Amino acid sequence: MSKIEEKQEEIVDEFSMFEDWMQRYEYMIELGKTLPQIDEQHKTDENIIKGCQSRVWLHADLEGDKIKFSADSDAIITKGIIAILIRVFSEQTPKDILEADLKFIDEIGLKDHLSPTRANGLVSMIKQLKNYALAYQAKLN
Amino acid sequence: MANATFDIEKVRKDFPILQRKVNGKDLVYFDNAATSQTPKQVIDSIVDYYENYNANIHRGVHSLSQEATDAYEQARIKIQKHFNAQKPHEIIFTSGTTHAINLVANSYGSFLKPGDEVLVSALEHHSNIVPWQMMCEKTGAQMKVIPMLNNGQLDMNFFHKEVSSKTKMVFVNHVSNALGTINPIEEIIATAHAHGAKVLVDGAQSAPHIQADVQELDVDFYTVSAHKICGPTGVGILYGKEELLEQMPPYQGGGEMIAEVSFEKTTYAGLPHKFEAGTPNIAGGIAFGVALDYMHSIGFNVINAYENELLTYATERIKEVNGVIIYGPENPKDKTAVLSFNVEGLHAYDIGTILDQMGIALRTGHHCAQPIMDYYQIPGTARASFSFYNTKKEIDSFIEALKKAVSMLS
Ligand SMILES: Cc1ncc(COP(=O)(O)O)c(C=O)c1O
Repeated sequence: MSKIEEKQEEIVDEFSMFEDWMQRYEYMIELGKTLPQIDEQHKTDENIIKGCQSRVWLHADLEGDKIKFSADSDAIITKGIIAILIRVFSEQTPKDILEADLKFIDEIGLKDHLSPTRANGLVSMIKQLKNYALAYQAKLN
Repeated sequence: MANATFDIEKVRKDFPILQRKVNGKDLVYFDNAATSQTPKQVIDSIVDYYENYNANIHRGVHSLSQEATDAYEQARIKIQKHFNAQKPHEIIFTSGTTHAINLVANSYGSFLKPGDEVLVSALEHHSNIVPWQMMCEKTGAQMKVIPMLNNGQLDMNFFHKEVSSKTKMVFVNHVSNALGTINPIEEIIATAHAHGAKVLVDGAQSAPHIQADVQELDVDFYTVSAHKICGPTGVGILYGKEELLEQMPPYQGGGEMIAEVSFEKTTYAGLPHKFEAGTPNIAGGIAFGVALDYMHSIGFNVINAYENELLTYATERIKEVNGVIIYGPENPKDKTAVLSFNVEGLHAYDIGTILDQMGIALRTGHHCAQPIMDYYQIPGTARASFSFYNTKKEIDSFIEALKKAVSMLS
């Protein structure tokens, strides 16, 4: 099992421990507080992800052959969601990120549970994470 | 409620949706400014239409078509009477306010010329800004904005200074959807007319609360969406003064709006059909009439007084929550039942998400009125908007839920 899959399973397990979505949101809010903070200098308009109702900034650095993500948002639940995504993707190779199938999102029912605007935001976030992977892969080759 | 004729429990029974649960909790629906809920009388009228007399109108010789035509035209008359228009054909059926504004912008707006000015209020919904921007670009007319003040009201000094003989049109909503501000449209209409300008009033937010009298207001155009006044989605009206509608060119071409068609020349039908190309939302138009009947069975004065009581109560209670900032007029008497707010340090979107978990439906965001948010330099607000079928008990649930959300998010 790849590292990305392992992390996904971890998250699915964690989410199944909660009885309802209120508790899951509470957990996401906690996760939001652990989000690897983006450097202020990277909180630029260019790094804003389009398609989110709240503002989300995402940055990626290549360290060795792995990508390290950092991010921020002005909404705490959004921070929680992106913290989950980063937990899955951060410190993985561009290739693994590009090939990853994000099954956990359906398995924990996240997308179904989000409002339509937030679900769109989630799709935009994943796209942007993968875009970074694509760009760094091109650079590595 | 002091008024003995208003039985809230009986009223609530008319709205089947109020019985449902959301996320396992009783639904508390406080997004009435976006769309109101639909009483079963209105729902039944739609079912009745499709079960018993569904047919195309104004064209068939057969009985069903005649019945459908009669019911549709009866609805037009109900709407005419409700807004006290002089003639039924001053009521044009549209798909809603957005369509009605686009109709006026494209048709009456085509008379604009370079050098002309139009005045728009800073409190407008995007649907009363963008169609006019497009028309100004096309015609070379210039748009000026009547700014807003910190209390959510319009800067009327600016308006009086800027309105001139160059002003050809003024667009303003009767009530702001983002803040609930009731605008001084009487003063705006009288002043605009004194300078020879026409006025379009977007009545989308006022119609559910205030029965406008278009003759008394002397307004030139007034627009309404049925789905905000207990009617179905996808139908609304444009009221226009006959003399203006007569001068205006058709907006859309097609069936229904013609007198005679040949490839050399087409002549147009008279009012209101000139502006009603294509098969309309027949069931929707009929149901709109039923929605007005329903509102009248309770009474607009009763509705208005009760909603104001709810707003006053909610405004008081929300102050119990630490860090709440309310936007818009301070006095509940200066607005409709809208509470637009933020909690210091929190994002409205987070608040809306957690409240939804507790069954409470609010709107969050810029409410299609970004200029207002820019003025306050905020990304958006949370907006609770009340209707006559809401209760103080629901407001209590909302306040408790909000307190819980704030403690979770802080
Ligand atoms: C003030 C105002 N104008 C226009 C609209 C647009 O109405 P509709 O979407 O029904 O065309 C709305 C609805 O949100 C509104 O609140």
